[in-house]
Amino acid sequence: MILQSVIDITLMTAQAMMGLAMVLAAWRIIIGPRAQDRILGLDTLYVNALLSIVVFCIRVNSAIYMEAALIIGLLGFTATVALARFLMRGEVIE
Amino acid sequence: MTDTAEMVVQDISLWAELLVAVMAFTGAGLTLLGNIGLVRLKNFYDRVHAPTLGATLGAGFILIASIVHFWVAGQPVLTGVLIAVFMTLTTPVTLVMLARSAVYRDRNEGRPDVPKDA
Repeated sequence: MILQSVIDITLMTAQAMMGLAMVLAAWRIIIGPRAQDRILGLDTLYVNALLSIVVFCIRVNSAIYMEAALIIGLLGFTATVALARFLMRGEVIE
Repeated sequence: MTDTAEMVVQDISLWAELLVAVMAFTGAGLTLLGNIGLVRLKNFYDRVHAPTLGATLGAGFILIASIVHFWVAGQPVLTGVLIAVFMTLTTPVTLVMLARSAVYRDRNEGRPDVPKDA
């Protein structure tokens, strides 16, 4: 089936693009130059990881990894808020 | 008759899968575009805009694709809806907090390219 192979190649390309996006976000974490750039890179990296897991779920036709994506979203939100608060106040919980 | 009906159902789900694949591809492309902006833009206040392309429109496309896919496949779709709602709520909160802390730091250090009052 040519339609099936078109679908497979499209999903594979989408997954490769998500991987490239994660590499770019990691590059921003490495080069900085300041702390807020690194936190922004980390935030982008976890959003990319979440979306990459969702694309993987579509590819393998299994919904069991979607919970992992949800938990990455929850923990990443907490991490970014805590780090932004640390940048502003110098401590997380006063 | 049943064979024909099954073939029609398979045909419909295959076209739905093509729609899912194209939407996932579009979402991944938008996310990649946002990340290219994150690497290439010069200033932090420019860069904070770029990844929101992936966090809003890219995530929307990919999550709608997953919801359509699991709907057609007859698997639970609630997790995808939860992720979509949660990301819509949290992305602005995190990025506004990050931008405000960056403005606070830059003002404390007296950098010239920061506006005096928001």
